[in-house]
Amino acid sequence: MLSRVADSIYWISRYVERADHLARFIDVTREFVLDVPTAKGQTPGKDQWSPLVSVTGDEALFYGRYDTADATSVTRFLTTDKLYLGSIVCSLDQARENARSVRETIASEMWEQINGFYHWFHDESRGTGMMVREPGDFYRNIMQQCMLFQGITDATMSRGLGWHFANLGRQLERADKIGRLLDVKYFTLLPKVQDVNTPLDNLQWSTLLRSVSGFEMYRKRYQEIDVRHVVDFLILDRLFPRSVQYCLFEAERSLHAITGCPIGAFSCKSEQLLGRLCADLSYTEIDTIIEGGLHEFIDDFQARLNQVGEAVFERFFAIAPTAEPKNELQDHSGDVPPDVINQAHVQSNL
Amino acid sequence: MIAFDGYQCEGFFDEMFDAQGQVRPEAKLLVELIQSLPDGELESRKAAIERAMYRLGVTFTVYGDEQGTEKIFPFDIIPRMINAAEWVEIEKGLKQRIKALNMLVDDIYHDQQIIHDGIIPRHILEMADSYRPQCQGLNPPHSIWCHIVGTDLIRGADGKVYVLEDNLRCPSGVSYVLQNRMLMKRSFPGIFAGSTIKPVFDYAARLYDTLAHLAPDAIDDPTVAVLTPGVYNSAYYEHSFLAQQMGVELVEGRDLVVQDGFVYMRTTDGLQRVDVLYRRIDDDFMDPLAFREDSMLGVPGLMQAYRAGNIALANAPGGGVADDKVMYAFVPDAIRYYLKEEPILANVPTYLAIKDDDRQFILENLGELVVKAANESGGYGMLMGPSSTQEERDVFAKRIEANPRNYIAQPVVSLSRVPTLIDKYGEKPHFEGRHVDLRPYILYGKDIWVMPGGLTRVALKKGSLVVNSSQGGGSKDTWVVEAESSDQQGGV
Repeated sequence: MLSRVADSIYWISRYVERADHLARFIDVTREFVLDVPTAKGQTPGKDQWSPLVSVTGDEALFYGRYDTADATSVTRFLTTDKLYLGSIVCSLDQARENARSVRETIASEMWEQINGFYHWFHDESRGTGMMVREPGDFYRNIMQQCMLFQGITDATMSRGLGWHFANLGRQLERADKIGRLLDVKYFTLLPKVQDVNTPLDNLQWSTLLRSVSGFEMYRKRYQEIDVRHVVDFLILDRLFPRSVQYCLFEAERSLHAITGCPIGAFSCKSEQLLGRLCADLSYTEIDTIIEGGLHEFIDDFQARLNQVGEAVFERFFAIAPTAEPKNELQDHSGDVPPDVINQAHVQSNL
Repeated sequence: MIAFDGYQCEGFFDEMFDAQGQVRPEAKLLVELIQSLPDGELESRKAAIERAMYRLGVTFTVYGDEQGTEKIFPFDIIPRMINAAEWVEIEKGLKQRIKALNMLVDDIYHDQQIIHDGIIPRHILEMADSYRPQCQGLNPPHSIWCHIVGTDLIRGADGKVYVLEDNLRCPSGVSYVLQNRMLMKRSFPGIFAGSTIKPVFDYAARLYDTLAHLAPDAIDDPTVAVLTPGVYNSAYYEHSFLAQQMGVELVEGRDLVVQDGFVYMRTTDGLQRVDVLYRRIDDDFMDPLAFREDSMLGVPGLMQAYRAGNIALANAPGGGVADDKVMYAFVPDAIRYYLKEEPILANVPTYLAIKDDDRQFILENLGELVVKAANESGGYGMLMGPSSTQEERDVFAKRIEANPRNYIAQPVVSLSRVPTLIDKYGEKPHFEGRHVDLRPYILYGKDIWVMPGGLTRVALKKGSLVVNSSQGGGSKDTWVVEAESSDQQGGV
């Protein structure tokens, strides 16, 4: 498979997954704000919205464009701001642009879904579209469209290289975003003495679980809502498809399917890095993570996940020739710049 | 139902009705069908086709619009009909022409006999912008230079078919033919079942055969790829569509590398050799080492690999020399010279500004002629005499005198018309005649194959003769039909 095509397929599913999770972040935050009473004289939900900005790592960009972090400014920033390259609109535009460049490789249903989604999003985020009228429906619709795309991918693509690259991108992105969601919400949700085991506390953890479509599955696993179990479920559960551990196992499976190297051994750096990360997660337990600090754990995990992403790029997408041909017009072959694939994909922090 | 009752040919040749207003035999079935449709049906079928195009992404981006508005290539639901008996002659003429054009290109890049024998003046060649000295002495496989050709045909008021232009480089538009047909079949299944409309669906398979035929003989299972300038090219949709239909890779310049004289694709498994490229990049941008150095789209070293016979290119570089607007005037002579035959399809009479007599005539009759710059396409650099202002004519007169080599002039051919659905807000939907041309696609591999029909481009603006999509043109499906079958009944 062409490196550029593999690269595009990998990024299409990463970008779609990213848009999905941004919508989830915003949706869960909106729900939290509705649950928490606002003190007099305070901007509603200020404590909830500003962490979403800080975690983007683009606070300077945000505060250069908006005065305060409230529902309107933060949702605009994360949804429709074209200057913030990690926004939903940028992710979706990139996903579609990549899909357009590999239309001949993916199933036409995949293209039609992403294309229809793109047009729908642009129509509804303009003027008095659904984004303004019914923001709840708007974000849930985005999640659905993203999941529909992933579902179509799974239902139409042969389990060859193409699908494995798509799956690799999707799983790495999902692991990353679930980690971030926990990171953002853990702090604001940590039980305050007066709230422990109150309906409010329960409600907020349930909302978090719902935002990763995990409420029912969690209930089957642990009946009571408690912070240690929720964190355990979202990081280490081996059966829930949106736990960090599960996503990494899936990513590893696809990576090894691509190279043909058996799991447990490695043929390239990306396999080595991902294999180690999976092993570390396999042999750790939730109490160790919480004692060491969840934030520190997620920080370290994310740094290692980024290294995996870089190694995947080096191994599969940046194939360079070994010799440059000579110029026919004049002999100044030394001036010819090396032909390097330079895909400007965005490593988003949120 | 929309009736043809008030439809007027207005003195133009109409492809659907004869001068007496009678339906031509090949269009009978279609006219009956249209007249039998309930109110609003035709408009809603047209809307359904447009929605499908939007969803499929058969669109182009309107530049300069911040929202990145996308539009579909305008499409008219009333097809253009061609009688199969007439088509036989057109097909013969196209085959003859394409054969002679290939011999002309091969001769130009070898011994130049046609110039030595005084048929084409040497200065015409020397001044042709599209002549590529880099191609002198090249021997493309089977001596074919132009494998994929789109020849523009028009019909004048006299009912005769003329060749307007030979497109020998990267003719585009064939994907619209295939998409239009697919959507029309969905909209009018009955009429396709009940008639003898010649199919076009096998184009992709034939294109693949044409390309595979070019691979070096020793290679059993050649790797064929389509080379595109990339996703921002206006014809990108077509490149991607053709690659998909043929089941071959679509590559960009950055996907390819030349190493030790061979061309490779960068794959996730390392480098993989390519044998044949259907390149949709102009000569100039194909290889920065052989042509334009500033090209970011091309593949450094591609020409070197080509010269060594390690990669086949369709079309071969340099072929554009024969579709130059000045060279065009000499094609009928070239046919007589190489094939010892009379041309079956006529040229539009052409005056060359470089000839003193002709130039005099052009300058005196600017108001009646169409003036074209030799090295422009897409309807740019053109003066439509009858609709021009004195100011525009003055500008062109100066340009012609300054650079006579670059200009030709032709009488205005009042292109034939086809009824077109006019469905404007506030008006009752009705038919009006709109001017059309026709671009059949020709493949030259083991044999020469002509697609039955081709792309009918229609000038959607009332009275306009310019059919280019950049100037408000649209397209129609083209049906080559056996007239005898018109009395068979087709259900709707």
